[in-house]
Amino acid sequence: MLKLILILAAVLVVAIAFTIFRVARLVAIAKNKDRKDPVDVSTNNLHATLFVLLPLIGAAAVVWYTNSADDMYLPLASEHGEATDGLFWTTMAIIIAMFVVTNVGLFAFSYMYRYKRGQKAHFYPHNNTLEAIWTAVPAIILLVLVLNGWLVWRKVMSEPPKEAQVVEIMGHQFAWKVRYPGKDGELGNYSFRFMDATNEMGVDLTDKRTEDDILPPEIHLVKGKPVLFKIRSRDVIHSVFAPHFRLKMDAVPGMPTQFWFTPTKTTAEMRQELSQLPNWQRIDPKTGKPRYESFNYEIACTEVCGRGHFGMRLVVVVETEEEFKAWLAKQQPWTQLVGEDYVQKARVRQALVKEGKYHSVNDVEDAVVMQEMENAQKQTASLK
Amino acid sequence: MAHAHDVHAHEHEHHKETFLTKYIFSQDHKMIAKQFLVTGLIWALIGGFLSILFRLQLGFPGMDLSFLQPLLGKWIVIQKDGTGQLDPDFYLQLVTMHGTIMVFFVLTAGLSGTFSNFLIPLQIGARDMASGFMNMLSYWFFFLASVIMFRSLFLETGPAEGGWTIYPPLSALKQAAPGSGDGMTYWLIAMALFIVSSLLGGINYIATVINMRTKGMSFSRLPLTIWAFFITAIIGLLSFPVLLSAALLLIFDRSFGTSFYLSDIFINGEALHHTGGSAILFQHLFWFLGHPEVYIVLLPALGITSEIVATNSRKPIFGYRAMIGSMLAIAVLSFIVWAHHMFVSGMNPFLGTIFMFLTLIIAIPSAVKSFNYITTLWRGSIRFTPAMLFSIGLVSLFISGGVTGIVLGNNALDIQLHDTYFVVAHFHLVMGSASFFGMMAGVYHWFPKMFGRMMDERLGYVHFWLTFIGVYLVFFPMHYLGIAGFPRRYYTFTSFDAFNIFADLNSFISVAAIITFSAQLIFGFNFFYSMFRGRRAPANPWGSTTLEWTTPVEPGHGNWPGQIPYVYRWPYDYSKPNADKDGFGDFIPQTVPYAFTPNSNLPHENEKVAFEKEFMIPEDTTLEKAQA
Repeated sequence: MLKLILILAAVLVVAIAFTIFRVARLVAIAKNKDRKDPVDVSTNNLHATLFVLLPLIGAAAVVWYTNSADDMYLPLASEHGEATDGLFWTTMAIIIAMFVVTNVGLFAFSYMYRYKRGQKAHFYPHNNTLEAIWTAVPAIILLVLVLNGWLVWRKVMSEPPKEAQVVEIMGHQFAWKVRYPGKDGELGNYSFRFMDATNEMGVDLTDKRTEDDILPPEIHLVKGKPVLFKIRSRDVIHSVFAPHFRLKMDAVPGMPTQFWFTPTKTTAEMRQELSQLPNWQRIDPKTGKPRYESFNYEIACTEVCGRGHFGMRLVVVVETEEEFKAWLAKQQPWTQLVGEDYVQKARVRQALVKEGKYHSVNDVEDAVVMQEMENAQKQTASLK
Repeated sequence: MAHAHDVHAHEHEHHKETFLTKYIFSQDHKMIAKQFLVTGLIWALIGGFLSILFRLQLGFPGMDLSFLQPLLGKWIVIQKDGTGQLDPDFYLQLVTMHGTIMVFFVLTAGLSGTFSNFLIPLQIGARDMASGFMNMLSYWFFFLASVIMFRSLFLETGPAEGGWTIYPPLSALKQAAPGSGDGMTYWLIAMALFIVSSLLGGINYIATVINMRTKGMSFSRLPLTIWAFFITAIIGLLSFPVLLSAALLLIFDRSFGTSFYLSDIFINGEALHHTGGSAILFQHLFWFLGHPEVYIVLLPALGITSEIVATNSRKPIFGYRAMIGSMLAIAVLSFIVWAHHMFVSGMNPFLGTIFMFLTLIIAIPSAVKSFNYITTLWRGSIRFTPAMLFSIGLVSLFISGGVTGIVLGNNALDIQLHDTYFVVAHFHLVMGSASFFGMMAGVYHWFPKMFGRMMDERLGYVHFWLTFIGVYLVFFPMHYLGIAGFPRRYYTFTSFDAFNIFADLNSFISVAAIITFSAQLIFGFNFFYSMFRGRRAPANPWGSTTLEWTTPVEPGHGNWPGQIPYVYRWPYDYSKPNADKDGFGDFIPQTVPYAFTPNSNLPHENEKVAFEKEFMIPEDTTLEKAQA
């Protein structure tokens, strides 16, 4: 019943609108008959006025909103981020100026030179000096911006310092996996052929360097110490986006990428800093505490990768050197976590794949693995 | 020559036109243009509606959408608490189809297809396109592409899902997403047909402009519309085949086990056999079309509005040659900036530097165009017709969206902003909305020529203001989201602390989007109502100088009943000093020889009189005849 009433009401509204349209149309036709001007001057003036009024209202709204949204902008916590942020706001200032000047010209001229009876337009087909000026001025401004951008880009993309902490990040549908080198300071090899339900990152167990590698559920970094993210993907393209560090780099299957940076504030320091901002003092309904208390650095995915694209969250903790060392000491190497039995079997499988006998470890039948292990045992026994 | 044309026109009178040859398999450029227009408008409605669906999800996450179940069926998943939620896969499919439809089916076919077809013969003084048959094929390939793309919306696994850029491996592996199965196959077939259509059309436009201009219509007397369509067609001809090859290689990877784009992939518990391919290769190929595509979409809109701004300011377009020059510069540069879409794709950072330099150069001709538009308004006598309103709107949107390109084209800044809402705001303003405004301006301006009737002005005004305000309310706030780092193509932002803000702003955008979309229904009504019931159009309703207004109100097959008029001057003689002494109002049509306007001629124009008299003006020409 309610639906029926709603439908009837809608029909009625449309009918009324249509009638108004018909009536207004007839009135306009009657009015236009003895029009002296090529346009209806009052309507023409109305448009001209709106072209001034509405942009003014819009500008006021933007100023108001920008002020009130001020402390929502992303906190910053990386060294190169200071350079890119600085350049960003400088560029913004310049383009806002360009935007204002041109739009003011556009709308002011629309208003000033609206049709007026008896006033003729000025025949003004070209002026080469003007053209030269407004080719040259943007060119110079752009050149300055480009050169600045180039200097910053060159620094950001430069070779990572040797002492940088290496962290490997692998994207997959729909999460990130993380790997740290162990005491030897080196990451072991990997291959997509070695991947299975346990060895999700496909680490090479026949590689000595793998043995002490650590696969923690989150990233820990030291404040002030350069970090090198080694980025890869195992299925589709993902993109590592750490908004607070102004960092983004695609994770491409078959083509490892990298990004290095230096975090400048620990998580605790950032919480302290944010506690000064009204927007971060608001109570978070999930925790019942102010928002700044649960602040964390995050990594998100910014290349569409499927159904779970929006949920690929990885927490990054920035801490002091001591805290980091304490955390690292608690981490067990992955090979120990998965157990000797798995490691041994996987080693056999991986060796067979490496020899080219199988495409991937999943293709190696269990019986073959047992056989291989027996053979190996016999061999060692006979050697003894 | 003139004699041959007469015979040609004469022949046509004996044609017996059936419904089938007139409305369906028409080879008349005007009918084909209308076919493109109506198909494009229907696509615009569909593409816009899809965006409303995902805006509901973005603006009101968790909202009960079960009322959409009759329409969307299983894509609305009923939760335990009884509310209906949009399926996340379907969300991505909506986003993908919205982009594909708007970029290709609305703003490429609907805009270029309509106005290139309609205006090229009419404005250069030709009976029809170089090949009417190819022109017809162009539409029907587009129609076929449309049918297949539309059908893909109703597939069991849904339409394509990888974004309109369809990056592999996501689009190549059906294990990666439901939409990468049949949906992607349909997408590729539809796009292949679409490219065929686009090439058939483009070759025709180029051939027609080069070969079929009427006597006196030199390149330096072409209206800017024709210049824009001509350049657009050339860009399309050079870039679309690259997309076709990219698509073909993707088809091979998908169906025949090749590894052009695929390498080292482990998915769904299986290590695939593909090795040695490069996912980046696809991006290079895609953007080699993808970036010029931006200008394929935008240049026709700029051409259309140049014409409209000049006509309704009653002034020549300022810097005619600079306008052509900047379009040519944009066309050339558009081919060497593509990798600015790939700054953080993992390609060599040195390449990033090169492409940043080239990218920011393209801002210069764009700036020149904006300044020229604004100067055209200066000291004009502006008539705010609906077409003029949309043209001024276009200039504003072109600037607003254009300036943020300076930020995004700077690779150091793009690191943070790439794939955030800042990009969404940028291209929706500069390419999406601006081009759409150009299309609307064109419809309002040339509707009288298309259908012999006027559109209702006041509905046009309401349509404009709601759309203009609406577009700004939708896309301007997205800059804030982008600066705050919000990634695009996210189903919801609640998973992240960093993005768990601005919920009110997202709701605001959605409400604005719904209002803006609804306002388009006013246009739809006006369009179809005026087609049948609109006021009868006068011969030259806007007081334009160009050739199309010298045809009968409803031009028949062959456009001009008698001889095709000759052209003696450029198309922008508006408000020429002393024109009144020659018996003209505030415009002198292109068909009037300088010989008849001794008072208003500029010195260099007087020099042409002798030439005209000797070689051009037919003996029986009188002033009245030339004006008509």
